[in-house]
Parts: sequence; structure tokens; C-alpha cells
Amino acid sequence: MGLFDYFRSPPSKSAALAKERLQIIVAHERGNRRSSPDYLPALKKELLEVVRKYVPIDQSQVKVHLDREGGYEILELNITLPDEDQRQVQPP
Amino acid sequence: MATVIVVTSGKGGVGKTTTSASFATGLAQRGYRTVVIDFDVGLRNLDLIMGCERRVVYDFINVINNEATLNQALIRDKRVENLYILPASQTRDKDALTKEGVEKILSELKQSFEYVVCDSPAGIERGALMALYFADEALVVTNPEVSSVRDSDRILGILSSRSRRAEQSDNPVKEHLVLARYAPDRANRGDMLTVQDVLEILAIPLLGVIPESPAVLQSSNAGVPVILDEDSDAGAAYGDLVDRFLGKDLPHRFTEIQKKGFLKRWFGGG
Repeated sequence: MGLFDYFRSPPSKSAALAKERLQIIVAHERGNRRSSPDYLPALKKELLEVVRKYVPIDQSQVKVHLDREGGYEILELNITLPDEDQRQVQPP
Repeated sequence: MATVIVVTSGKGGVGKTTTSASFATGLAQRGYRTVVIDFDVGLRNLDLIMGCERRVVYDFINVINNEATLNQALIRDKRVENLYILPASQTRDKDALTKEGVEKILSELKQSFEYVVCDSPAGIERGALMALYFADEALVVTNPEVSSVRDSDRILGILSSRSRRAEQSDNPVKEHLVLARYAPDRANRGDMLTVQDVLEILAIPLLGVIPESPAVLQSSNAGVPVILDEDSDAGAAYGDLVDRFLGKDLPHRFTEIQKKGFLKRWFGGG
């Protein structure tokens, strides 16, 4: 340490704060990545195809959501069917 | 079999193009046939950093669209043997970069080169995704700064989920950390994340630490990859990085404060 360093303000240690903030945000974002598995888009597409065999619906009417609570995961499917009069059921 | 290496980061301005230019130049200097591709369609800069901007006639997109052959578009480096540059298009929009087109060119390049270095644009849009999709290995360029570290982590997630190796459940892309713009004195004072801090957060192997250095700007001013400035700290650090990539076991330099002379030590400063 040089002579003039004695007159400087004490070190800020902002790097420690940066590290702490990063550890939290990175862990959080990694958690999000895991809770949205890659198979969701494919699952949604196949569900759409199956339902379409019986009821005409479009992409926006199928909602797939995965939630994580404590030690388990909840897969939530929400399919909105069109009004009765708009339906044209065509069994295969 | 050729190796495809992407130089990526997520965040802009951290040193991807500087690293791509020096890394490719270093591989070629050591005798490997190397090509470096600029994936930043619309904002090409690799040509400037490599000093060949006035020799660009055809580009990457011209080759994808069959408007030129690969040999017409490749620029042979005038300083280093075995080194070629494939510039990005400055005018076309990014949608011209198709997966099929990129695959076709990469497989053609892999016939005649040993290393294909892909200089990724910033962000996580098409250009960046195309640059990393076919990669066997990745250099993740990071600065010791919060936004850069966070974006690097994001890119690591994309490498492990959206690369071809991930999609085909092949061996994962081999990841290397390049910590650039490092200032050991500031890290020692507690004003900057240390090498260890960044390694702890990103948890990937360290390939090299590039010190913050005036030589990087001086080299880019002159259009000479900084690795060719062997007397500079950054140039020497890139040299070590390439040797380490090729399997040499070298200690990391420039991670500690350089020894000061008697006067500087006594009066502080620096």
C-alpha cells in the first residue's frame, strides 16, 4: 500500500454485492429454465391434433402451463371449446 | 474432422469479435487451416478488426443464395498463412440466414478446414442462434461485470438446450470461459468481480483471462488482431489461450497485479 492510500476512502467492496446479486438472479433464472421443459411445445401441438379430431379449435384455445410447488410439479391443461352452434363435430 | 467453435456472449461489446479474430489468427499461426465467419448480418465488423474491409467482394449471404461460390467469398489473410475470413453481409436482413443455408456452408468448409470459428452477434436472435446451432465447442466471452455474467449464463442455457447437439441428444457443446477486460488491481480492491467469483457463478472451465489493455484498441485501430502484438499483455494472454485450447497446460497470467517499481510502490497510484 502506498503512502497516499492512507488518505483514500476505505474500499467499497462493491464486488461482493455484485456477486451476491448475481448468485440470486442466476439461480432464479436457471430454475425458470428447468420448469419449462422442451417437450411443452410438442405436447401442445399433439394435444391440439387430438382434440381437433372431434372439435374444431385453434392454437390459441389450448393453454399448457407447468407450475412448481414445493417438491412436486403441476401440469395444467386448459382447452377452451367453441360455442355449441359453432361446432361441427366430424368423427373420424 | 473439422471442429466448429462459436464465440458468443449474449451481451454486446464484451470482446467477441476481438476474441474471434485473435483466436482464429492464433490457430492459423500454429499451423491449423482456419476460417473465421462473421454471423453479424447487417452489422459486420470482423472485416475491420482483421484489417480486410477493403477486400470484401462477396459475403456469407451471397454464398447461401448461390450468388457466389465459397472460394469467391473467402478472403485470404495477408499476414498469416492458413487463415481465411468469411465476411457477413452488410445489407441483407437477418432472415436470409437459414438453418439449411448455414449447414450447407459449414459442411463445405469442414471439408477443407480444421477449425471453423463462428463470430456470433450479440443478443439471442436468429444470427446468434445460427452461430451457435452447429457448434462443437463454445468460447463464452464474459466481462467481470453483472450484466455480462448474467447474459453469459443465459447463453449457456441456450447452448445446452437449443444447439444441434442438444436437440439430437449428442455429446453437449464443450464450453470454455474467456474472461475479458479483467483488471486485477480493481478486483483486489474489491471493486470488480474476481476470476474466482465469475467461475463460481458460471461453473464452466476457464480457458483464458484477457487483461484490460490499451493494446486492444490500438490493434483494432490498425486492423491487426491483438494476438499479433506479442509484446502486449492482451496479445500474450490470447497466445496462451490458444495454446491452452490446443491442449497445453499453462498457468494463467495477468490475473495478479503487476509488480510496481519502487517509486510507484511508495507513492501509490496506478
